[in-house]
Order: sequence, then C-alpha cells, then structure tokens
Amino acid sequence: MKPKRNIAGKVYLFLIFLFLYAPIIILIIYSFNESKFRTWSGFSFKWYIELFSDTKIMAALYNTILVAVVASLLSTVMGTLAAIGIHGMKKWPKRLIMDVTYLPVLNPDIVTGVSLMLLFVFLSIPTGRLTLILAHMSFCIPYVILSVLPKLKQMNPNIYHAALDLGATPMRAMWKVVLPEIMPGVITGLLMSFTLSIDDFIVSFFTTGPGVENLSILIYNAARKGVNPSINALSALMFVVIMCLLLIINKRTKTNVDIMF
Amino acid sequence: MNKKWYAQPYILWSILFVVVPLLLVVYFGFTTKTADGSMVFSLENFQKFFTPAYLEVFLRSLWYAFISTVVCLLLGYPAAMVLSNRNLKSQGTMVLLLVIPMWMNLLLRTYAWLTLLENEGLINQFLRFIHVLGEGESIQFLYHDGAVVFGMVYNFLPFMILPIYSVMTKLDQSVVEAAEDLGANWWHVFRRVRLPLSIPGVMSGITMVFVPAVTTFAISAILGGNKVTLLGNLIERQFGQMNNWNFGSAISLVLMVIILLSMGFMSSYEKENEGGGLL
Repeated sequence: MKPKRNIAGKVYLFLIFLFLYAPIIILIIYSFNESKFRTWSGFSFKWYIELFSDTKIMAALYNTILVAVVASLLSTVMGTLAAIGIHGMKKWPKRLIMDVTYLPVLNPDIVTGVSLMLLFVFLSIPTGRLTLILAHMSFCIPYVILSVLPKLKQMNPNIYHAALDLGATPMRAMWKVVLPEIMPGVITGLLMSFTLSIDDFIVSFFTTGPGVENLSILIYNAARKGVNPSINALSALMFVVIMCLLLIINKRTKTNVDIMF
Repeated sequence: MNKKWYAQPYILWSILFVVVPLLLVVYFGFTTKTADGSMVFSLENFQKFFTPAYLEVFLRSLWYAFISTVVCLLLGYPAAMVLSNRNLKSQGTMVLLLVIPMWMNLLLRTYAWLTLLENEGLINQFLRFIHVLGEGESIQFLYHDGAVVFGMVYNFLPFMILPIYSVMTKLDQSVVEAAEDLGANWWHVFRRVRLPLSIPGVMSGITMVFVPAVTTFAISAILGGNKVTLLGNLIERQFGQMNNWNFGSAISLVLMVIILLSMGFMSSYEKENEGGGLL
C-alpha cells in the first residue's frame, strides 16, 4: 500500500466512525445539560436524578432486565440440550429441524412478532411479562443452538465413549465430559441471548400487554413526542452497559467476529 | 452419541412457538371476519393489498430500502477495504468500534439523531450561528422521506461493513500476490481479484441491510413522524388502531414470502461462489 492511499483510507474510516458515533456522543454530553432545551447551560446530574425517581422508567428497566435474565437462561438450557440432541440426529431429521431453527433468524422480526401475538391470543394467554419471556425465548434459542453446534462438531466424539467405557453413567459423562468441552459455545449463546433480548423492540412491541413496557417500547413512545432529557440520560447509561457487555463478549471470542452477527 | 431425546423439548417448543404461529398468520391472511364474527375463507385481503393505495406503500418501502442499501454499499465497501488492510494498526479495536453501534438499541440510535436534527436542534443552531440561516429560521430535517432513508443508512451501515470486512480478511493473500507478480496494477487486482472474491460478503451485507430496512416501523415513526408510511407501519396499524388482523396477517405473509425467497436466492448464490469463485 502506498502511504498516500493509506492516509486517505484512515481519514475515510475516521469520517465513518464520526458519522456512527457523533449522535451518541452528543446525546451523552447533553444528558449532563442543566437546561431542558438544546442550549448548554451548565453541567448537572439533574436528569440522572430525575431518571432514577421516575417510576415508569424504573418499571421498564426492571421488566427489561427480568425478561432478559429469565429468557436468556431458559434459552441457554433448552438450546444447549437441543444442540446436543440435534448433533446426534440422522441426516434428514437434522435438516428439517435446522430449517425450522433458521426460521426465526431469517424471518423479519415484525412477522415473528405478529405471529406470536396471534398465538398468544389464540391460546388466550394474557399478554404481559410471561408472553414477553416466551417471545424472547423463541428468537434466542436458535442463536444458542447455532453457537453450541460448532463446538459439538469440533469435539472428539471418542472422549464421550471413553468416559462411558471407564464406567461413567451417560448423565455423568454428559455433565463432566461433554459440557466442559462445549462451554465456550454455551456462554457465547447466553451472552448473545441476553444482548438480543435487551435490544429487542419489534417482537416485544407486539407481544407485550397493556401497562407492561420494556425500555425499547418506552423509548419508542417517548421519542415520538420529541427529545426528553431523562431519556437522554437513560440512553447514555444503556450505551455504557451495552459497551461493557460487548467488551466481555469480545474478550471471549477474540478471533471470531462472525458470531457477532 | 445417541442423545436424540435431548432435542425433544425443543422440537415441541418449535412446533408450538414457531410453526403454529406462522400457520396462524396464514390462516388469518386467507380469511375475513363476517358480520357475525365467524371467519370465512377469502382472498379479499390480498386483493385489497394489491390496490393502488396499498401498493404505493409497498413500492415505497421497497424503494427506500433499496436506496438505503445502495448508499450503505457505496459507503461501506471502501470502509471494509480500509479496515481489512493488514497494515492497519489496532484492527481489533476498529472492528469492535464498528460492532458496538450494531448491538446498541435501534430505538436509541434513531432517537439520538433527534437532538441534532430537530428544528431547535444542534445543526440548525450551528447554521444560525455561522449565519447560513437567519434568526428564527430553520431547515426542516425531520418528518419527511429523506429523514427516514437517512435513519436507515445510519442504523444499518455497520451491518453492511462487517460481512464484507469478514470476507475480505479471509482472502488468500497469495492470490493477490500472484496477480501482482503477473503484472496487474492496483486497479486490475481490485477489479479481477478482490472485488469478485468479496461478492459473498456483499451479498450477505445486502441482505442484512435490506431486510430490516424494508420491515422497519420504528425509524419511520420516529424520524418520519406520521408523514411517512412504510409496510411496517401499515402492519402495525392493522394490529393496533385499525384492528384488522386479517389484513395485517396478509401483508405480513406477503412480506415473509418475499424475504424468505430472496434469502434462499442469496444463499444459493453464496454457496455457488464458495467453491467456484476462485476458478
């Protein structure tokens, strides 16, 4: 590479990053603005204090975290078991179940949301936190399966049989031999489920019930009315949290960017 | 390992929460509600969808998604090229910087632009400050088509850059070196080697931008006000205010078929290229 082209490239990349981060940085700066308006009138934690005393926002935060924790844990358990089962299947049932697994991944979120809403109405399950958790599980499980399966493929199948030969019960062999081998995939799946759940808007929008909001839905409703300083503060906090989560995931899957999307 | 039964709970789960819901969408899409509340088979919803008023929304959604995909590709391809350059220092950090906005809440990213773009926002204030605009004047950035396309480009740009980058880093350097040894200049190497080999990345980038862009309703609702109606908004209204689930399901069905078909097409293209691309 010629040095000139190199510099041009770096400038270009810088501009792209500027474009991506400018609104976020400005949002964070203005979350410390004393005034409600867009003119700067001094540094203040006012909006953060207001944020934490806003019961509606706090309820939404609670819902978001509760749903994310429960949905990602349950998805990880079910997804990991499913991956082990699918791994042992014969060719055509395996293909069939994988096609169904890819459906929620490939389907537009709005279709997933609408279809689940119809299901909950059809089964007359009252919409609320429970339906949010079920809906989030339905799009998280495929990601767990997809991050555990490659680890199972990499694993030497003989070590499981060796454990059995040495007198371990199938349960114990699974727990002591297979699970530690696939653990990195399991953890990646868990973290991905958690972030996907926190981030989700469209599916939640269709599957929640009256009065139950998560942060995405709250931001959506607030944003349609324009800028709100408490939401700025909330956004700034969420940005920091997501960034920390990603730094952790990144440490775990250093060489593999592909899993991130 | 004969552990098939481990998958049993998941098989039941996916029948109940993936297959049955989609069948319900099909059922609602192909029926209408009669006066006494019973459902009868009909193609009315689809006929309604293909009337000019709704077709316009459909074509508009496709068009805006198309424009934003093209803009993302034009902005993103060079960025991916710079990123994948092996002489670039701190490549890992750069990639992480690209991934962070991808994982940030879409609502949040869209909302962030309000502070900049609104009539009393920072850009208008700045333009007034440098006297491009007079006192009390402002440019209307928000609440029209341009703002919606802009929002799509902003939100989905990283989804274009990353797959292309990922394919480019896997490019076998010896192929490039071979081309150079055989006397190809930079442009020829790009045109005949780098570009063709990056097509699978471009394809998945296009899918990752186009699909969310064509189905979004949050971006158009926040940046477009109520002035811009896209397919997503149309579906949302059928399940909300309009309370016409049958029509909403029919639109979702059309959308789903189009997306899944184009995905199938894209993935078959990718597979073809995986093996034969080099030859």
